[in-house]
Amino acid sequence: MEESSSGNTRRSEEMKKVRQKTVKKRSKEEEEEEQDEIFNFNKKPAEEEEDEDLSDSEDSVYSGLEDSGSDSDDDKEEEEGDEEGSNDDKEEEDGLKFEPKQTKQREEEEEGGEREEEKKENEYERDSSDEEDIRNTVGNIPMEWYKDFPHIGYDLDGKKIYKPIRNKDELDDFLDKMENPDYWRTVHDKQTGSDIVLSDEQVELVNRLQRGQFGDINFNEHQPQVEFFSSDLMIHPVTNRPEHKRSFIPSLVEKEKVSKLVHAIKMGWIKPRRQDDDSRGRYYDLWASEDASILAKHRMHLPAPKTPLPGHHESYNPPPEYLFTDEERALWEQQDPSDRKFPFVPRKFSSLRQVPAFSRFIHERFERCLDLYLCPRQRKMRVNVNPEDLIPKLPKPKDLQPFPTTQSLVYRGHSALVRSISVSPSGQWLASGSDDGSVRFWEVCSSRCMKTVQVGGAVKSVAWNPNPSVCLLAVALDCLVLILSPSLADRQVVSSSERLLAGHQEAEPTEGQGAVTWIEGEGEELNQGIRLKIQHPKAVHQVVWHAKGDYLASVMPDHSSHLQVFIHQVSRRRSQNPFRKNKGLVQCVSFHPVRPYFFVATQRSVRIYNLVKQEMTKKLQANSKWISSIAVHPGGDHVICGSYDCRLSWFDLDLSTKPYKMLRHHKRAVRGVAYHRHYPLFASASDDGSVIVCHGTVYNDLLQNPLIVPVKVLRGHVITHDLGVLDVTFHPSQPWIFSSGADATIRLFT
Amino acid sequence: MGGLQKKKYERGSATNYITRNKARKKLSLSLPDFRRLCILKGIYPHEPKHKKKVNKGSTAARTFYLLKDIRFLLHEPIVGKFRDYKVFVRKLKRAYGKTEWSAVERLKENKPTYKLDHIIKERYPSFIDALRDIDDALCMCFLFSTFARTGKCHVQTIQLCRRLTVEWMNFVIASRGLRKVFISIKGIYYQAEAMGQLITWLVPYQFSHDHPTDVDYRVMATFTEMYTTLLGFVNFRLYHSLNLLYPPKLDSKSETELKEEDEEDYAMNSESYLEKLSALSASLARVVSSAEEEEAELDQFPTEGEDMEKMETREKEEKVLEAQKKLFHGLKFFLNREAPRESLAFVIRCFGGEVSWDKSVCIGSTYDMTDETITHQIVDRPSIDKQHINRYYIQPQWVYDCVNAKILLPVEDYFLGVTLPPHLSPFVEEKDGDYVPPEKLKIMALQRGEKPAQEQEDEEEEEDEEEEEGEDEEEEEDDDNEEEDDDDEEKAEETNLKKMEKQRSQGKSLQVKVTPGKMKVEDKTRLDQEEQAEEKRLAIMMMKKKEKYLYDKIMFGKKRKVREANKLAAKRKAHDDAEKSKKKTRK
Repeated sequence: MEESSSGNTRRSEEMKKVRQKTVKKRSKEEEEEEQDEIFNFNKKPAEEEEDEDLSDSEDSVYSGLEDSGSDSDDDKEEEEGDEEGSNDDKEEEDGLKFEPKQTKQREEEEEGGEREEEKKENEYERDSSDEEDIRNTVGNIPMEWYKDFPHIGYDLDGKKIYKPIRNKDELDDFLDKMENPDYWRTVHDKQTGSDIVLSDEQVELVNRLQRGQFGDINFNEHQPQVEFFSSDLMIHPVTNRPEHKRSFIPSLVEKEKVSKLVHAIKMGWIKPRRQDDDSRGRYYDLWASEDASILAKHRMHLPAPKTPLPGHHESYNPPPEYLFTDEERALWEQQDPSDRKFPFVPRKFSSLRQVPAFSRFIHERFERCLDLYLCPRQRKMRVNVNPEDLIPKLPKPKDLQPFPTTQSLVYRGHSALVRSISVSPSGQWLASGSDDGSVRFWEVCSSRCMKTVQVGGAVKSVAWNPNPSVCLLAVALDCLVLILSPSLADRQVVSSSERLLAGHQEAEPTEGQGAVTWIEGEGEELNQGIRLKIQHPKAVHQVVWHAKGDYLASVMPDHSSHLQVFIHQVSRRRSQNPFRKNKGLVQCVSFHPVRPYFFVATQRSVRIYNLVKQEMTKKLQANSKWISSIAVHPGGDHVICGSYDCRLSWFDLDLSTKPYKMLRHHKRAVRGVAYHRHYPLFASASDDGSVIVCHGTVYNDLLQNPLIVPVKVLRGHVITHDLGVLDVTFHPSQPWIFSSGADATIRLFT
Repeated sequence: MGGLQKKKYERGSATNYITRNKARKKLSLSLPDFRRLCILKGIYPHEPKHKKKVNKGSTAARTFYLLKDIRFLLHEPIVGKFRDYKVFVRKLKRAYGKTEWSAVERLKENKPTYKLDHIIKERYPSFIDALRDIDDALCMCFLFSTFARTGKCHVQTIQLCRRLTVEWMNFVIASRGLRKVFISIKGIYYQAEAMGQLITWLVPYQFSHDHPTDVDYRVMATFTEMYTTLLGFVNFRLYHSLNLLYPPKLDSKSETELKEEDEEDYAMNSESYLEKLSALSASLARVVSSAEEEEAELDQFPTEGEDMEKMETREKEEKVLEAQKKLFHGLKFFLNREAPRESLAFVIRCFGGEVSWDKSVCIGSTYDMTDETITHQIVDRPSIDKQHINRYYIQPQWVYDCVNAKILLPVEDYFLGVTLPPHLSPFVEEKDGDYVPPEKLKIMALQRGEKPAQEQEDEEEEEDEEEEEGEDEEEEEDDDNEEEDDDDEEKAEETNLKKMEKQRSQGKSLQVKVTPGKMKVEDKTRLDQEEQAEEKRLAIMMMKKKEKYLYDKIMFGKKRKVREANKLAAKRKAHDDAEKSKKKTRK
């Protein structure tokens, strides 16, 4: 209703506007008409005048018509011109001015009704046609065309119609202006070139029009409006015009349009208006019929992990310990956002109203969204083991006793690092070689230094002859191997060893031109006990005795030569180089305790040679970078290798060429390894200053693997110059162990 | 060897996965459409076990979808709708270009839409599945409902989110399901229990957001589209499980109460109804008008032995829960205008309290500030001019702390202008060995029924506790760092020995002096412990490489935990000491 009413009002407003417009238009038209009328009105008398004037005063009529050719539309000019003209008129003949009027009036009075009727008729005619001044026979042309002629156009008889005579000059005009009281209402008619004096009504009319009023005084512009189109339903139609014939004939255009639509609908281009589906926002019980079968066939779905729950850190008022200190804060700011433990800085507010909005809230939500649809998911099995279960169950060390546990003696006396130690087969004496160029003999039980032999060079290796019936010590220094007879045993043993050394001399002269020369000890050296010197071509690093005590092997590591190992026979003073080819840098060698095998450890592997058959029987891969030491089990079936990359590998010769077990006990390079001769023990010495004693039982049953259990870590040596323990050896009969270190001491652990 | 040579990557895991671009081509969808489809259908990339195999030998970083998933998308009707929409947009553009306004109108009327009901059903075959995944939906809806109604997303979406969240809150109130509340610096976390599922959501604080530019709102809007549908269905089901009307109607009683008030303030009836609902002050209409609270008692089953114990503990828990549900029963709260109204009203109503606020704050206030029966007034300003004598003026944190502690805490700590005790997260459950803040210990003591003694004693106690704690921690440390300790001892011995040795070696003139020896008391337990520790260390030496690595990792994690706990304890101690010294100087 409101809308319709408003619409109506709007329409009525529009109507009003239209009406106003029409009124305006009408008034304009009326104005024009009236103007015309006025001019007609003016012209009528003028015409009459002309008729008469023609007869009586031609001159006056056709006086100078100077500016008759201006636009008729331009009122001002016209007026001016008129004025001029009128002025001219006035100045010329005063009397004439009034005459035509008077005559006209007279005529009107005289001729009476008949003439008036005619006039009226004429008026109507003029109304209907495009009204023109009858006196104007030339039409609506620019009047300047007739400027130079005395006439304007021709009458019906073909005679010239002369202009009223105009001989007024400026002065006449001025005089006219001054004297003629009607000068102001005199108007010049360009078309005829005559002056017209306006009547009172005409002046009034002009004034009214100038004021913007209607020309007709009687016209009431505010009269009440008759609503033509209104909301009231009328009985009669607005127009009584009968319907046009067209309206009864089906329209072709429409038909075309309809057929187009029909075609579009047929083709599916236009679809019927969609029913407004309100089920979109409507909720219902979606899980009314839960189907377990769907659950079963569901694909391998990994549900997204939930966001972790907040801890105390995130509180708006956390306990003080959760706030960042300055360092923590600086650290947090330095860290990459992905490395930070929390994505925010914990803050404390004294009351809830002070808590501001979290600036990264939308970010975090968005990141969660990204995680949900963009992050690859993977099922990860979390290892949920008790760490205790990972530790292997081993027999208790207590049950594996005896083994050395405590440091009981320290042998002091050397002034530089002690490279090598060796225990006499009786277990009573201990020999040690040091970088200070001395070999010392100690009594094991009392830690007393029994004898010191200055050999004049850093001692690389010492080895006590394992044969208990002789008492000899081999010492390696520089290019020499010395055989010492320390005479630290009962006389029988000493004499037997003397005999052994002396026996060589008889068979000696055969050898002479080898790489190695045997030299007898002389003079002072004999006093010290040096019996023999074996001169090698290169620096000797290690000497090893065969178990029988007759053969002696020495090692001269060299990359480029096959002269790396010599085997010497002491009783016959013979030396030989068993290898023809260089197979790598030899680190150390060892004899098999029972069988004629010889172990050569190169940088990465251990080769086993059969000395009788003179061939290689096995090659053990140590899986380490650089072997440092080797020891053979007294049974002969097992070998341990220490290496500079902290490893200790146990080889079971019957099992494989790969290590049976790798032990990474030590934190630094392993320097020495040793087996005990009777007890199932072995030990390794390392640069980290520790000696680790392990229990290693070897079973006779081939199916049973050796049992290896570390039983004790022995510490005592001080690390000097990054070197810790350099050599380790067991006591031949007791479960004791000796170790020599870079701190120039030898220690006994029992 | 006979037969054809087997080609690589034609079987096995390489054929089970498909890269994103290939998937897109297979579905012939544009990237935004593909993204939207993945979001709606819940398809996500999988990380293959052997990436290089799947990637056909290359190691380039690619995301892989399961081929089965993509095949499953092929038959999705919604893909057709996407295409329809594309066509629609094209037609519309064309019509605009041709300035055929009637065609534009017609096209607009026929704008293609789609429904997500079937997708929800497919993604969540059972209701419990849907409930489990509702966390994110709630967070998102709560966020969107706080957006301004301009820009960023459709107004309808925002209104829908608001409606759904209000419905959810009303459900939680009706079911008394709220369990924990936590005021964090990000917003307020709520945890509620519905159908036995714990649901956690985060509500941002009521501030206008300054929208970041590096966030793709289309992604968020797609998620919200899905979440609103999900939340609507979940709400429906939850309301029906409680015999409540859906869409929610206010109780007739409360409705009449509310009607008296300024109705003319709100122009639209529908709008004001949502406002009234969101006031959270009135209870909801039920389908079957039932007695207020049905006490569901646990049935007694005949049980034996261990089951009995379990039953007992369960009963106990049940009792605690019941007590918690009636935490604020009989208390009348009045919220000052600066307190966060919605959150507080929600929490208080969830635990059976009555709540009201100033009429000018929000529609739905039920009583005035001058009401004599008000027991607590929640104020968040330093002081208040006119105070009624028969009520407590407390800070808002009291309400939240009470809920988390499951008991009514003493109000003294929460009076106006008092420094509040720290607000702790209820989500942290400390295991043994973790650091427990002393405030938590205090609350635990209160829960056990121990009355806090006078303040000073309390403090002393605290100190004691702390000391005990410290000792405990030390012991723990001992346990964990035994090895190190032993090492240390050994080292000490060594140093002693070394000293002696040095003395001996340097000056041969040893100070020969006999000092009265001390009886070395052999602590047997100590020795045993040492022995065991050594055994362990030796055994660790013999571990295999792989196991050793794992063991080291686990131990490292454990040690780090201990370290962190110790750090927190130390920080706390330093803080307390500083406080104490400050106090002393002031005295």
